[in-house]
Amino acid sequence: MEKEAGTGQPEERMHVTGYRELLAIIMALLALTGITVAVSYVHLGFFNVPIALFVASIKSSLVLLFFMHLKYEGRAIKISLLSTIAFLFVMISFIFWDVAFR
Amino acid sequence: MDAIGMVKRQSFYETPSPAGLKGIWAWLLTRDHKRLALMYLWAIMLWLCIALLIGLSLRIELMWPGGTIMKAETYNAMFTLHGVIMIFLFVIPAIPAVFGNFFLPIQIGADDVFFPRLNLMSWYLFMFGGGFAIISLFSGKGFPDTGWTFYVPFSVTTKTNVSLTVTAAFILGMSSMLTGLNFITTVHRMRTKGMGWMQIPLFTWSLYATAWVQLLATPVISITFVLVILERFLRIGLFDPAKGGDPLLYQHLFWMYSHPAVYIMVLPGMGVVSEIIPIFSRKSIFGYKAIVYSSLAIAIAGSLVWAHHMFTSGISDVSIFVFSLLTYLVAIPSAVKVFSWVSTMYKGSIQMTPPLLLALAFIYLFSVGGLTGLLLGAAGTNVYVHDTQFVVSHFHFTMFGGTGFAFFAALHFWWPKMFGLMYNMKRAYIAVILTTIGFIFHFIPMMILGLMGMPRRYFDYLPQYATGNFLAGFGGFMIIAGVGLMFTNLLLSFREKNLAADDPWGGTTLEWSIPSPPPLHNFVGVPEVKSFPYDFSMVGKDAAPTIQTRETDERTS
Repeated sequence: MEKEAGTGQPEERMHVTGYRELLAIIMALLALTGITVAVSYVHLGFFNVPIALFVASIKSSLVLLFFMHLKYEGRAIKISLLSTIAFLFVMISFIFWDVAFR
Repeated sequence: MDAIGMVKRQSFYETPSPAGLKGIWAWLLTRDHKRLALMYLWAIMLWLCIALLIGLSLRIELMWPGGTIMKAETYNAMFTLHGVIMIFLFVIPAIPAVFGNFFLPIQIGADDVFFPRLNLMSWYLFMFGGGFAIISLFSGKGFPDTGWTFYVPFSVTTKTNVSLTVTAAFILGMSSMLTGLNFITTVHRMRTKGMGWMQIPLFTWSLYATAWVQLLATPVISITFVLVILERFLRIGLFDPAKGGDPLLYQHLFWMYSHPAVYIMVLPGMGVVSEIIPIFSRKSIFGYKAIVYSSLAIAIAGSLVWAHHMFTSGISDVSIFVFSLLTYLVAIPSAVKVFSWVSTMYKGSIQMTPPLLLALAFIYLFSVGGLTGLLLGAAGTNVYVHDTQFVVSHFHFTMFGGTGFAFFAALHFWWPKMFGLMYNMKRAYIAVILTTIGFIFHFIPMMILGLMGMPRRYFDYLPQYATGNFLAGFGGFMIIAGVGLMFTNLLLSFREKNLAADDPWGGTTLEWSIPSPPPLHNFVGVPEVKSFPYDFSMVGKDAAPTIQTRETDERTS
């Protein structure tokens, strides 16, 4: 529970996730883990890593959206998270990009 | 109520939080943001004094050619120490940790920060980090001698105790991150009813923008320091070309944090100036929204320019072009602020006070720092002045002329609120003038020396650089005298006991609506939020503010 009812900002709304929904997410995460393991046994050359990263992204999105309640948060929190991802993306890509042109 | 009918006002000094704690424990275990701010204040002022004296010792050494008061190895250790203490223990935490902690909750009408216990933990991390830094000096084989940048390969091969020094910086980084996290959450969740985003005072806005940089960029340096330690102990080869590593990777990672850190250092200072200028111009701030958006723009654009520190290191030409362009873009929001401050003063009813004088010195010195930065941001001239005294001078114009002076301005501006005491104005003016002139004497010769070709971090120099170095040393003494007088004057206010009024300057933001010093719970009722935080039409009829002091201490009457 938040410390104080301060501003009545949309960020302060509470949300209780039902067991059924949480169970569904856990099952989805386990299934995706299974897919990651299964794909690692198939030789796809260059595509092995992108596929593994793609599956991992879906899994982390599920955790963020449902376990960490991002789906039910206000716009400010969502923008905050997206800006951190954008920041990380820029930081990493700028270095790659320097090396590529060196 | 007391016998003569006056309301007895208990300040936070008289009311420990949590209740029941006494003596030193009321401070060491406190969760009150105001007490924590003061604990930061004394620690940070101590570090500042130590680093200033180390800086003076460097300048004395350089006043005459050849070795004068120390050996070359000691000189290397001294400039490392000066840099590490100044950056990690003074400039980065100074304004957010002291004035941010004290005033951010009050400015948004809150009782405290969102995570008071985490706030206390941040202070302990800050103190532990400082302690580790000291231990690292006296353990291992000699003082760390890498400079505050800890560049590889030297930092992974030197025999001095770099591992412990970077551990200290790691811990200090955690403190900074947690403070940032606390401020973001507080601004989002604890604004009083009716305070929308565009009613937030500009100092809080600047802290909010800074907090995002603290939160996003600090982990990068923390991880980088871990990599340095791993390299030292395990020789993994991350930065070693012989093992497939890349030494420039270190520089990328280091500046990815350390350039945004420059904005962590200066943005809160800009927030302080944005509070001071309207009050003493008796005029609403010009371009409130432009200042807000420029704070955010500086935070964002400032995070994308790190490689301008690496133009001579061998990065690609495409990178140099793009980073140079991005660097020039940061000048735009910075200039928006400067023009807004000057426009605020235009046709204002200006009353000169020590905080305003310091804020004006900030604008002037920071502008010089910013404009000399353009020489460094342009790839062509950068090659010419790279690693010279010019860079050192530019950096000090922005960091000391900028953040340092903003810190002094904030001290003089909010001192009456924090302690309920007014300092001696005359002594304050003399101190400010002495510090400013000393600053110019100190750093202008260094700028010229740099353009003449004198490298930075050199223990000795050619005869043609002697005059400039002597003048810079002379300026160094003036700075120490000025800052010494400034701090002595502030401390003397405890003895002189000239009590300050609740709103001595005629301010409009919420901190001026509560007693000086504030009570434990900042607001008795729900604070009244103005539709615009800098609306002077409602504060008295006087054209100019009058500096108000109280005749008697109502708190004890």
